Amino acid sequence: MHDLRDIWTYLSASPLLHLTLTLVAYQIGLALYRRSGLNPLFNPVLLAVILVVSILMATNTHYETYFSGAQFVHFLLGPATVALAIPLYRQFERVRRSALAILVSILAGSATAVISAIMIGWGLGASKDSIISLAPKSVTAPVAMGITEQLGGLPSLTAVLVILTGILGAMIGTHILNVLGIKDWAARGLAIGTASHGIGTARALQEHEVAGAFSGLAMGINALATAAILPLVWRWFVGN
Amino acid sequence: MLAYLTLIFCCQLLGELFVAALGLPIPGPVCGMALLLGGLLAYGSIPPALAATGAALLDNLSLLFIPAGVGVMLHAKLLAHDWLPISVALIASTSLAIAVAGMVMSRLTKTSTTPPPPAEGS
Repeated sequence: MHDLRDIWTYLSASPLLHLTLTLVAYQIGLALYRRSGLNPLFNPVLLAVILVVSILMATNTHYETYFSGAQFVHFLLGPATVALAIPLYRQFERVRRSALAILVSILAGSATAVISAIMIGWGLGASKDSIISLAPKSVTAPVAMGITEQLGGLPSLTAVLVILTGILGAMIGTHILNVLGIKDWAARGLAIGTASHGIGTARALQEHEVAGAFSGLAMGINALATAAILPLVWRWFVGN
Repeated sequence: MLAYLTLIFCCQLLGELFVAALGLPIPGPVCGMALLLGGLLAYGSIPPALAATGAALLDNLSLLFIPAGVGVMLHAKLLAHDWLPISVALIASTSLAIAVAGMVMSRLTKTSTTPPPPAEGS
């Protein structure tokens, strides 16, 4: 007969436990998000992260132990990033007509997001690690984490900052665009997708179908734009 | 389905190799995404089985962020120290990016597709 402690020792050494914990936490996060009426404050990723961190701290489990199970989920970020080409292609056809305007607007928004994040973080005395992790905050998480990793920042901090940026964009984006008097659905969607990636795109889709399509397009192009622009801006910033 | 999953993995692998070989400052999977996009543009449509495989990966995209997000527990000290610049940068920079992208897009599309509105009082 095993006693409970033996079972716990066995389970905590196998990847199954923390893989399952990740999946269950996500299901709970999703259920709460749906019950809240898709309120962006009840973001399922944020809820799941809070839940998992609480459980790990309560059971005194190291992040490395957790990650040895959860890495199977984490690994899929790479293939998922590649698969973003599919929605990008769908919208590529749809918006070819105003390609130049779209490209210029996304580049302007992308550069604004990167430069203002670096400058504000630096101006208020954030550490170098925090500034690098902040810089790609407007890009979809798998890409942002890749950029941070390459620049020597903290990908896990970036993941959290990216999620918070998405939630913020979804919450305040509509108000900002209303104040500025921007009524065109394409421009509204593009702005939200550029600044707040997938979480913003989910919000834009609720507003209008055209806004959702442009937001998804902006998210994809901004991922490429930031991956190209940020390392150059960072090199210039560090050099000065 | 498995064939297209293989294709997606190959794109990522090629992307990683490409980036490493040329020393490019972009993440390998982003390069893989560009490769797949180029392939789709050349092919001219999305094979239904590829669409299904992509949907399987992307429908639960949020789930994939959790293991990395949990890593925030490693940075509690940094966050406690830098919470002010981080919060201000998140709110101000996100608002600015939305405003700039929205204004540029609405300005550019307005001048190219519709005539300017009549001046006030005329």
